[in-house]
Amino acid sequence: MDSSRRKFLKIAGISAVAGIGAPSALNMLMKSDVQASSAGGAHGAQPDAHGAQGGHGAAPAGKRYGMVIDAVKFHETPGLAQKCIDACHSYYNVPDFGNKKDEIKWLWQEPFMNAFPDESHYKKDDGLLSMKFMVLCNHCDNPPCVRACPTKATFKSAEGIVMMDFHRCIGCRFCMAACPYGARSFNWRDPRGTMDGVPFIKKVNPEFPTRMRGVVEKCSFCALRVTKGQMPLCVEATGDSKAMVFGDLNDPNSEVSQVLKARFTIQRKPSLGTMPSVFYII
Amino acid sequence: MLEKSLKGNLGYWAWVLFLLGIIGVGAICYVVQFNYGLGATGMSRDVTWGVYISQFTFLVGVAAGGLMLVLPYYLHHYKDFGRITILGEFMAIAAVAMCLLFIMADLGQPMRALNVVFHPTPNSMLFYDMIVLNGYLLLNLICGWVILHSEYKGIKYPGWVKPFIYISIPWAVSIHTVTAFLYCGLPGRHFWLTAILAPRFLASAFAAGPCLLMVIALIMKQTTQFNVGQKAQDKLVTIIGYAALLNFFFLGCEIFVAYYSDIPGHKHTLDYLFFGLTDHATGETYNNLVPFMRASVIMGFTGIGLLFVSRAKQSDALLAVSCILIFTSFWIDKGLGLVLGGFVPNGLEQITEYVPTPIEIGVTAGIWATGFLIITVLYKIAISVKLENEKTA
Repeated sequence: MDSSRRKFLKIAGISAVAGIGAPSALNMLMKSDVQASSAGGAHGAQPDAHGAQGGHGAAPAGKRYGMVIDAVKFHETPGLAQKCIDACHSYYNVPDFGNKKDEIKWLWQEPFMNAFPDESHYKKDDGLLSMKFMVLCNHCDNPPCVRACPTKATFKSAEGIVMMDFHRCIGCRFCMAACPYGARSFNWRDPRGTMDGVPFIKKVNPEFPTRMRGVVEKCSFCALRVTKGQMPLCVEATGDSKAMVFGDLNDPNSEVSQVLKARFTIQRKPSLGTMPSVFYII
Repeated sequence: MLEKSLKGNLGYWAWVLFLLGIIGVGAICYVVQFNYGLGATGMSRDVTWGVYISQFTFLVGVAAGGLMLVLPYYLHHYKDFGRITILGEFMAIAAVAMCLLFIMADLGQPMRALNVVFHPTPNSMLFYDMIVLNGYLLLNLICGWVILHSEYKGIKYPGWVKPFIYISIPWAVSIHTVTAFLYCGLPGRHFWLTAILAPRFLASAFAAGPCLLMVIALIMKQTTQFNVGQKAQDKLVTIIGYAALLNFFFLGCEIFVAYYSDIPGHKHTLDYLFFGLTDHATGETYNNLVPFMRASVIMGFTGIGLLFVSRAKQSDALLAVSCILIFTSFWIDKGLGLVLGGFVPNGLEQITEYVPTPIEIGVTAGIWATGFLIITVLYKIAISVKLENEKTA
């Protein structure tokens, strides 16, 4: 009696462990397969790209979207930056909590010293110091946030866009610690809520889902619009000014590649080897 | 064997009730946080990890500290640790349980925690942390419980636990190494980006863990008939002394590299922690951790000094004081400074300070109380078994 009970418990225990472990083990094997094949496009040329670390490294194969921001044009056109930010934040239902602690932002402006802290600010010219720079997710070719995420809730698409799965994110905020650019925001409280009757999202845009509390979010390079052949909203908002140019960095004939070939640009913290896809004309 | 924890004097029950009270407060605070979101804490966009993750980091060390008792006893057959080794294993169980609770408390979407298992991601250090922490909990549960149960029955522990004991030794090193890798592999966080982080973690762990154990052992010596023995006590003092000195040696290495190289990024956080950091844009100075960090260094060195005095004088009171000083010193260093400091300044070289909210402190106290309750119950069982055995023997 006793021994059979013990036997039963043993078998039950072992099968429970197997039952819990097997699917995830299988999952892991299958997932790594998928990752390996999808990586072919954007990641295929990683070794070469790594070789160019520190400079304007670019993967030569597949699509890799990137952007050139002309800070001088933004400086010369007052109100243009705010127009871009509004276009982005209103479409993507980015809430405004009215305080710095809970703040969520996808696209915003920073002074030179904050956007480019590695560039010594000793004896910089007044013009540069008075300028503001548009900052957003750099959609790095070698993103530290993707490396850190324990659930693949943040991942790099085949076109090189770093994306977020709001439904998978567990809110551990490891990606926020990993991002050297402060590009990520966390929903510290319910963005769908209100304060004193005023909703945090002034006017909900039904075309893009609002988030729930406890997940991370950031700029998506308007990935869904880009797949439809449209420009990101901020780029569209700059109109014909060419203050922002967006396109495929791997296509030598794209407008963005032409600009990069012709103009001197800088990146944010290139020495970290993250290979940002956002370039600045200063 | 569990029934041993149900028999105790008034003092025992008063202590258990006290802990349960704090746990209750913590649970209520957590419900508030769960309903409101993590905005109920002091964390912000710039300081994204607060006391939860820093307590977690410190407690991984306490858990790993159990190694300093297991290793001499099982690997070097140091017999004088016979009465204390089980306490090290049980302390590790309580510490890892607290670690897991702190991680859960820190998640924005705790209901999705199992996504780490459903979508395993081997490139994330958190994936390995999940494996090593749960593994270490399991190893200590197996080893501690089986060995004590054998003792309870008056027989030698079965041979099949031996491999688990041997595995648990390097495993203890792995939990704190992987926890250090969470931090030191992140580009752009200069304070954490140091190869010496894991060794530094281990040194402080090998001092803080045994310190806590020593204090508990001294309390039990006063309140129960359980005495770990003078020889074990002296050996533990040696271990704590060397580990604590090593910790400060490593800290000194960090300070040398930062200030001699004079690279701003390397100095910023140390400046912030020990002297205060001035924001050049606004001219404002931020320094809310400075008194804590300075106290940490003073307490650490005083503790080490007193430790050796206490040994020369064979004074338990002095020993308890020195252990409390070292434990508190390392708790501040790792349980506050290391994690919070890493976020100052942020990636844009802006300074945001962090102050925990009462809700956050309530949850933290609740989790600590849970850990102490686990220690209390397990130690009660362990010493009841040991004392009973000695009576019959």
